Amino acid sequence: MQFALLIFESPEAFAARNADENDPYLGAWRAYYKALVEAGIYVGGNPLQPPETGTTVRLKDGKRRVQDGPFADTKEQLGGFTILELPSLDAALEWAARCPAASIGAVEVRPVSPEYRRRVTG
Amino acid sequence: MSGSEQESTHRAIERVARESYGRLVAYLSSHTHDVGSAEDALSNALVAALETWPRDGVPQNPEAWLLTTARRSFIDLVRHWQVAEASEPTLVLLREESKDMTLSPEFPDERLKLLFVCAHPAIDPAMHTPLMLQTVLGLDAARIAHAFLVSPTTMGQRLVRAKTKIRDGGIRFEIPQERELPQRLDAVLEAIYAAFGIGWDDMAGVDQRGRDLAEEAIWLGRVLLQLMPQEAEVHGLLALMLHCEARRAARRGPDGGYVPLSEQDCQNWSLPLIEEAERHLDKASSRGRTGRFQLEAAIQSVHAERARSGGIQWNAIMMFYEQLMRISPTLGTRTGYAAAVAEAKGAEAGLAALDGIDADAISAYQPYWAVRAHLLQRLGKTPEALDAFDRAIGLAEDPAVRQFLLQRRG
Repeated sequence: MQFALLIFESPEAFAARNADENDPYLGAWRAYYKALVEAGIYVGGNPLQPPETGTTVRLKDGKRRVQDGPFADTKEQLGGFTILELPSLDAALEWAARCPAASIGAVEVRPVSPEYRRRVTG
Repeated sequence: MSGSEQESTHRAIERVARESYGRLVAYLSSHTHDVGSAEDALSNALVAALETWPRDGVPQNPEAWLLTTARRSFIDLVRHWQVAEASEPTLVLLREESKDMTLSPEFPDERLKLLFVCAHPAIDPAMHTPLMLQTVLGLDAARIAHAFLVSPTTMGQRLVRAKTKIRDGGIRFEIPQERELPQRLDAVLEAIYAAFGIGWDDMAGVDQRGRDLAEEAIWLGRVLLQLMPQEAEVHGLLALMLHCEARRAARRGPDGGYVPLSEQDCQNWSLPLIEEAERHLDKASSRGRTGRFQLEAAIQSVHAERARSGGIQWNAIMMFYEQLMRISPTLGTRTGYAAAVAEAKGAEAGLAALDGIDADAISAYQPYWAVRAHLLQRLGKTPEALDAFDRAIGLAEDPAVRQFLLQRRG
């Protein structure tokens, strides 16, 4: 089954993206990505631009409400996601614990919902 | 009652709970096999103690007080949960014993039976350790869940399921027969060591989750030794855990960075713990029956020797690993063996030993990649070394280990 690792990062972690090639956080992510691919469990994923680049849209009473930035106003923001193919939640949690963001931010593990996907995509 | 008196009462309750928890649960559940109800009864008794002891003072025999109170609650619980007819003999038995209790505070220590039940072959091996931590030490599901990296709800459900199996599955509360004892004892030792070794790998690091459980595991090891003082492997397991525990402070540098075993400052090792470990290892070898835990403890003992001699006898370590490979050729053993070979005979030979390990088994095994990276680097095979470092870094969970490997990678 597939699991999404939702990567929540602090402002410092987002700032580290502009650091040079030798940045340890970047190095850790490169190594983590390699480990996922070599283990044959990597399905896909992408980092996201920092939260301030986000725009939130809602439709209320038929009117568009557009808001700068992310919906939630918390310190740690969604910084990316990774989809993994694994046999169980236990295995997904093991891999989440190894994620470089787990020790300085948070990683939320969510099973992908193929049932709902089928209902949507038909 | 003054604040400090109150505090000392609370401490007394904590101490009795800690010392007696497993004995009381084991004793209460040995007839009914109903571990869950025994735990509930005991926690009711502890709540009652928190209410009455600060007011009336700590009783003369706190454990007997807890047992009497827990037993009353236990009878209610069992009556509530079981069909009255089926459990009647049990209830009569419990009531009879209840009368005796007032005469003698002594009751048999059934913890050994409980340990064997927790590690019974009919119970999912993954639940052996969590069951022991809960039923013998009284750890709550949330804390166990943390250590095992699952959600507290999930761990709670798994524990309940395992206890239902113990209650309804016909698992006997007994010490196994001579014939099956070695194998059954192995399962108990494995489960205790698993508590100690969660995420703890001597080559690659210190795991936060493991550190919390190390003391609990040593406590379990001491309980087991008290109950089976004749068994060489019980001594071996305790020796192994004490040797590792002795180095806890040395595993981190002043800046919080990871320090590998061979670079640790021996000044920071705990001499009393090392001496205690050595005493157990001596006792074990005097029994003349070698085993996995004694061999692993012997390897640690050679490392500890560095505090006295200043050097490491890698040949001795390699020999112990060779013996270990014959009885327990786990991934950890094979990786440790390769690391020892590299020190004793050179990096080429170590690498050859690593190459002998099945490629499928090591794709997510961090220590293998850490050792491989170091050996390739030593041989000047830079591109391959960088690749192996990346694998080791990507599989590391401890940020300090990750940092250490990133620095070594360069």
